[in-house]
Amino acid sequence: MPKDHGIGASPKRREDVRFLTGAGNYTDDINVHGQAYVHFLRSDLAHGKINSIDTSAAEGMPGVVKIFTGADFEGVGGLPCGWQVTDKNGEPMKEPAHPVLAQGKVRHVGDPYAAVVADTLEEARNAAEAIVADIEELDPVVDMAAALEAGATKVHDDLSDNLCYDWQFGTDTETTDAAFAKAAHVTKLELVNQRLVANPMEPRVAVGDYSRAGDEHTLYTTSQNPHVIRLLMGAFVLGIPEHKLRVVAPDVGGGFGTKIFHYAEEAFCTFAAKACNRPVKWTSTRSEAFMSDCHGRDHVTTIELALDADNNFLAVRTDTKANMGAYLSTFASSVPTWLHGTLMAGNYKTPAVQVNVKAVFTNTVPVDAYRGAGRPEATFQLERVIDKAARELGVDPIALRRQNFITQFPYATPVAVEYDTGDYEATMAKMEELMDIPGFAARRAESEKNGKLRGLGVNCFIEACGIAPSNLVGQLGARAGLYDAATVRVNATGSISVMVGAHSHGQGHETVFPQVVAEMLGIDESMIDIVHGDTSKIPFGMGTYGSRSLAVCGSAMVRATEKIINKAKKIAGHLLEASESDIELKDGQFTVAGTDKSVAWGDVTLAAYVPHNYPLEDIEPGLEETAFYDPANFTYPAGAYACEVEVDPDTGAVSIEKFVSADDFGNVVNPMIVEGQVHGGIAQGIGQALLENCAYDENGQLLSASYMDYAMPRADDLPHMANYVVDHSCQTPCTHNPLGVKGCGEAGAIGSPPTVVNAVIDALHSGGHTHVSHIDMPVSPSRVWAAINGQ
Amino acid sequence: MTNVTMTVNGKSVTREVKGNTLLSDFLREDLRLTGTHVGCDTSQCGACVVHVNGEAVKSCTMFAAEADGAEVGTIEGQANADGSLNVIQQAFQDHHGLQCGFCTPGMVMSAAALLKDNPKPSEAEIRDYLEGNICRCTGYHNIVKAIMAASGQDVPAVAAE
Ligand code: FES
Ligand code: FES
Repeated sequence: MPKDHGIGASPKRREDVRFLTGAGNYTDDINVHGQAYVHFLRSDLAHGKINSIDTSAAEGMPGVVKIFTGADFEGVGGLPCGWQVTDKNGEPMKEPAHPVLAQGKVRHVGDPYAAVVADTLEEARNAAEAIVADIEELDPVVDMAAALEAGATKVHDDLSDNLCYDWQFGTDTETTDAAFAKAAHVTKLELVNQRLVANPMEPRVAVGDYSRAGDEHTLYTTSQNPHVIRLLMGAFVLGIPEHKLRVVAPDVGGGFGTKIFHYAEEAFCTFAAKACNRPVKWTSTRSEAFMSDCHGRDHVTTIELALDADNNFLAVRTDTKANMGAYLSTFASSVPTWLHGTLMAGNYKTPAVQVNVKAVFTNTVPVDAYRGAGRPEATFQLERVIDKAARELGVDPIALRRQNFITQFPYATPVAVEYDTGDYEATMAKMEELMDIPGFAARRAESEKNGKLRGLGVNCFIEACGIAPSNLVGQLGARAGLYDAATVRVNATGSISVMVGAHSHGQGHETVFPQVVAEMLGIDESMIDIVHGDTSKIPFGMGTYGSRSLAVCGSAMVRATEKIINKAKKIAGHLLEASESDIELKDGQFTVAGTDKSVAWGDVTLAAYVPHNYPLEDIEPGLEETAFYDPANFTYPAGAYACEVEVDPDTGAVSIEKFVSADDFGNVVNPMIVEGQVHGGIAQGIGQALLENCAYDENGQLLSASYMDYAMPRADDLPHMANYVVDHSCQTPCTHNPLGVKGCGEAGAIGSPPTVVNAVIDALHSGGHTHVSHIDMPVSPSRVWAAINGQ
Repeated sequence: MTNVTMTVNGKSVTREVKGNTLLSDFLREDLRLTGTHVGCDTSQCGACVVHVNGEAVKSCTMFAAEADGAEVGTIEGQANADGSLNVIQQAFQDHHGLQCGFCTPGMVMSAAALLKDNPKPSEAEIRDYLEGNICRCTGYHNIVKAIMAASGQDVPAVAAE
């Protein structure tokens, strides 16, 4: 019988009622009295020199409050990068300036170079039309290989070239080369992990407000991490001390990574609210979002896998070019390095793993973390090359993986991380059972009768979540700590507010976090509320990304609740005239062990705030505790995924006929939420595999700049209910956090793309198209058709 | 500026608007009914779906003036008279058919329009009908399930597959 409350239950989400009745409070729903509106002028060239911007005709137009250009921001800082990568020669990465509004040059389509603030948005847009910008077109660099050629046009004139860093990691070259030299077989694959756009359905919004009375700034913004924005924008861009800056991220309509970063528009609205002495609001259109939200992925890789004569993996070597776009976004530098290289061992005991990454500046929108951030790129390479090797060697791809699985934990990989726990055999076996692998041959025959090719693809993956141990990431170049924080405030009558650093933008924290506290205290979940998203209310936590909310912030909440219990037991001991060590807490009652003497939770909380009969000489009144939690290690969710596709050999169209995920997330607090996260992740992964592509032409024009051109997965692109199972019954609890949880937010997006591509290749081979060893994503009908037809 | 009068969620409203005011902006800004969302500028995401004279309409593609005299229904008017969730809203909550909630008003309004015309749609019909509603969070699985459940069809319980 599933539990109906506490840890392991699936209560209905309490946030749903407001979202289902139109009562949500998203940033664009906030209007501050007297607000003006900003319209940004954005470059329509990929690369250009700003000769002049003449705003004179626009200045006096109706409603115009103030017009800004890059010159207005010369006195403030640029947008910072939060992670310094050191290259293989010990040199720091190149870090170009990233002004709030472009200065001197525009460097990508969408780069803002001027802004009009006016009484209405329409007036701002009209005035923008009257601004004359003389921007001289320069040759753009779009392709990464071309950007690295000697003499290539430079994105940043003050840098020596377009190489941000050349990074090498893992096993040394001599050892790696030796492993390849003795290999019985080497499989090599060149592949592209294409550029994607995260596309949360809520476009970004920023509302800046300023109070002269207290010299206080407020920014309402669509962020996954309001405290990070307060620190970055306050300290590094605008020079506003934290106590004079409040950042509020209310209901946020999805993030997927792209709302982690500190964006120019946030700094602009905060700055302009003071400069105009009026609140200033910006709401992104979807077209603006495509050219200003950070993009994701965009890696080009050559991977080699060396095997011995018994098909044991000997070594993996990769060579990747990673696109940074025109500027370094907040965490851009960490994605192809520490979030990617550290995962290149995958689930396998490969003794030598060497990762090489060149990060490249181009005249494109900056690229940063998108759901999975580096881990999907790592998994895609490794699992595609393993599949190719299995095919070349004529062995079963499941057996080849199984043979090379890591089976002993903890396991220190050649790429710097130590997996604390896992059971890859268990998730593989679960996947095989749910997928009904023995029935595949019959299903393939059935498809063939209908003129379709059916393929089976499998994939295993590991990810590093629960980001991250501060001392470790500090050594690796992070300019931030990655702990989180929670304050548990118990009120006099026993109700509780928990203020958390994590931010919920779809994850359901308001429902899940109370399940944990309620379980610990033995009280009803309805007595507990979560407060998040407002720096004036919550402790300094780092927000939500990297599947970290429960593993890191949830752990802080557990620690704070433990402190509450310890103090409450002292109070109960006093009230019961017993030693605190004899007090037990169960079902919201404090009892003297072995007796029927007890006091209720509410008696103790009331005593804490009305301390008439209270041990004032020993403890303070009140019942409120804060804990900061810094994880000892990453967590390592892992899984085995499989899918079956049908390919129409006449058109190249691919359909997903069956999909199974078997994940190990450690302990699960709310299975309903976990499954929802996996569904969403898999949909994004299938979107990447089959549909989505952020495309530039050779002039740096963004071709996919709306939902007309960028193919978002729709309901009918995804597997039907009867043929779709997401399983999380294999559970090896994390060994180093108090809940034993690992994180589930990104698994689906990491595990599914190679699963789908492996299945397509399998289908084509079954149809005799054995010359096709790889198709780059998205595996669109035209690409499949071209591959079949040797074009 | 022109005067428009319409019935929104059962109440008659009259406002002076510019001719180019979109119905979505009128609802959000003039009436402050912010449950209707705007997720795109090419009429594709469906976050803005409302009912106009009983039909599902993308309110970002219609001028407020075009709705003059119409009956308009938005997400704010969907709950039962006692404030409890209606059958579709309740099914979305029961089956975890929403995460961030941004697409949700449009999904609920589209689902209501679908079920009005097709009270027992098949899974394929639901998926096909939702062509104009994009959700980035849920992978649609639980949305489809919720709509089937709302139409009285058996679906697996949440988190029990
Ligand atoms: S806002 Fe109307 S369809 Fe996207
Ligand atoms: S629930 Fe977030 S877009 Fe659908």
